[in-house]
Amino acid sequence: MSGQFQLDGQAVPFEDGQTILQAARAAGRYIPHLCWHPDFPPHGSCKLCVVKVGGRHLSSCAAPAVEGIEVESDTAELRAERRALLQMLFVEGNHFCPSCEKSGHCQLQAQAYEHEMMSARFAYFYPPRPVDASHPDIVLDFNRCIFCELCVRASREVDGKNVFALSGRGIHKHLVVNAESGRLADTDFAADDLAANICPVGVILHKRQGFRVPIGERPYDARPISRVELAAGGREADE
Amino acid sequence: MGTARETADGREHLSRVVIDPVSRVEGHGKVSLLLDGQGRVREARLHIVEFRGFEVFIQGRPYWEVPVMVQRLCGICPVSHHLAAVKALDHVVGAAHVPPTAHKLRRLMHYGQILQSHALHFFHLSSPDLLFGFESEPGRRNIVGVAAAHPDIARQGVLLRKFGQEVIRATAGKRIHGTGAVPGGMNRHLAGEDRAALAAEAERMVQWSHEAVGLVKRLHRADPALYDGFGAFESGFLSLVRGDGAMDLYEGGLRFRDADGAIVFDHVRDQDYRHLISEEVRPWSYMKFPYLRRLGPQAGWYRVGPLARVQNCDFIPTPLAEAERREFIDHGRGAPVRATLAYHWARMIEMLHAAELIRGLLADPELLAGPLVAEGPRANEGVGVIEAPRGTLIHHYQVDDDDLVSLCNLIVSTTHNNQAMNTAIRAVADRYFDGRALTEGLLNHIEVAIRAFDPCLSCATHALGQMPLALELHAADGSLVDRLARD
Ligand code: SF4
Ligand code: FES
Ligand code: NI
Repeated sequence: MSGQFQLDGQAVPFEDGQTILQAARAAGRYIPHLCWHPDFPPHGSCKLCVVKVGGRHLSSCAAPAVEGIEVESDTAELRAERRALLQMLFVEGNHFCPSCEKSGHCQLQAQAYEHEMMSARFAYFYPPRPVDASHPDIVLDFNRCIFCELCVRASREVDGKNVFALSGRGIHKHLVVNAESGRLADTDFAADDLAANICPVGVILHKRQGFRVPIGERPYDARPISRVELAAGGREADE
Repeated sequence: MGTARETADGREHLSRVVIDPVSRVEGHGKVSLLLDGQGRVREARLHIVEFRGFEVFIQGRPYWEVPVMVQRLCGICPVSHHLAAVKALDHVVGAAHVPPTAHKLRRLMHYGQILQSHALHFFHLSSPDLLFGFESEPGRRNIVGVAAAHPDIARQGVLLRKFGQEVIRATAGKRIHGTGAVPGGMNRHLAGEDRAALAAEAERMVQWSHEAVGLVKRLHRADPALYDGFGAFESGFLSLVRGDGAMDLYEGGLRFRDADGAIVFDHVRDQDYRHLISEEVRPWSYMKFPYLRRLGPQAGWYRVGPLARVQNCDFIPTPLAEAERREFIDHGRGAPVRATLAYHWARMIEMLHAAELIRGLLADPELLAGPLVAEGPRANEGVGVIEAPRGTLIHHYQVDDDDLVSLCNLIVSTTHNNQAMNTAIRAVADRYFDGRALTEGLLNHIEVAIRAFDPCLSCATHALGQMPLALELHAADGSLVDRLARD
């Protein structure tokens, strides 16, 4: 079965079983997202994909598309809400974009640009999160984790290794390595695992690569994340 | 030498003059003068009032991040820190010799920085004092005032700086905080269109730099008593020189000349700087006082930067700048040129050298193609020494087996000049302050002396931005007698 719904006043077709976000993306319409990944089931943690349907907030990465509904996404109100969510993510970690090697390739930074985030707005938490450089090929800079669990899911479900887990709640939430020592070197993690190549921000990094690709020549330097994402989804954005 | 009038006897009975902070230098410094009942200077100090240890931010970080991170040390000379850091880390990745293309690109970037920094310092920060006089109307002592009175000079200053910034952008990727250099080499070639655009301007930059040297010489000759006498004192000189004794601002061995111009150390490997230099801490300043170990803190301090480099080398390897260097040396009539204001003259000779060198480099096709990165056996330690616009800059790192920085030691140019700047303000205070009333013009004399060194207090203190100037005169009991302030 298939149908059609309205996204910001324009018709979007969908196949049965698609979420609002999937249908929009297939139609070349961008709804911002961070913890969602096309190859994994929705995670529903970042809330960046929030839309309004009939006055109610929904996570579009998880909410199924329904015939005839009217979805609001690109409105001043929702953009402001998303900006506030991003600002909270920035202060909950230690994000220092100017010297981060993921700059220009980081989805959090790219979303901040996309949403015209000009300041952190909230007080920084400065959580203490030491770096784990024990592995010969990979360094973990926990300072930048946004708890999307993509690495957790990739390691468990694709790599079959279960290297990562989230631990603690609220502001004490943090990513841990499943080894008695807690060190990445004491796992069977490898640089070509999917989990080593999926982090949307700058936590799981291949050592000694750093700034080999010049800043300015990276995916989100050239185009905003909305355009990059839609191109990846097989559709160029409407101009 | 050195510490006379650093601490007065019975200082609690003296009145205090404070210039806080020093304007038109970068960062936050404070000058305090203690005067006795007759208005004589009894104590003079340049204080650095803020310090945030940058080293702790570096320690524990992956080494490849460091060349980008250290640019945050300073908004004024990020390129120098960037290059000093990669030079140190070249040793860590086993690539003390980077591929020729990378080497030339880094040189180009560095001389672009020299040119833009020297142009900024001379035209924007110093020419107002030199052209209008130290006691001229303060509202006019800025680049806008220069533009009104000498439109050509101001315009050339602005365009020289812009050219230097363009060289940096083309090599580092951005005008500030670029990422062009990586441990072991570079991450980009020069683009053909950037080379063409820069090459088209290069000849004019050489010409204008040449004229700038002429301008400083005219100023010197118009008032030799002022230019040769103002803040003059004896000191040693430290800088890098090339293996054949030529001026080289990117790499070389360390050479030290004593106050009479005799070479005490020559071609000391940059990796061995610790055997040569030590730093003394004094309780009244956050900025340390470096000195030559062999001579000790009293006799072993020195000057770095243009005045030191132009006299330390045996020759400058570009013709116009070399002719100017000879004229400069002749000016000393057999003795080293010691005047504080001669920094400006030497600085313009270096700017001319940078312009000539950039013009030559731009003709080199190797900038456009060829391998960019080298690698060799991994090491755990590296030192990078570079002649930054303001003088010798030292970066020293140790990196553990997990690739994290375990030790970071930085000695910035301005710190090398700490004792020299203190000595200069004492010399100036002696000559111009005794018994005279406090005026803005008089206090500007002190600042002119400090500014001649082009101190980057931002680097030395890691405090960003300029602050308004306030001058305070305190009586012996600490009460405020008089205050002068400007933005
Ligand atoms: S490390 Fe990266 S992928 Fe894993 S939870 Fe954190 S942000 Fe997500
Ligand atoms: S993308 Fe939907 S909650 Fe994160
Ligand atoms: Ni600086």
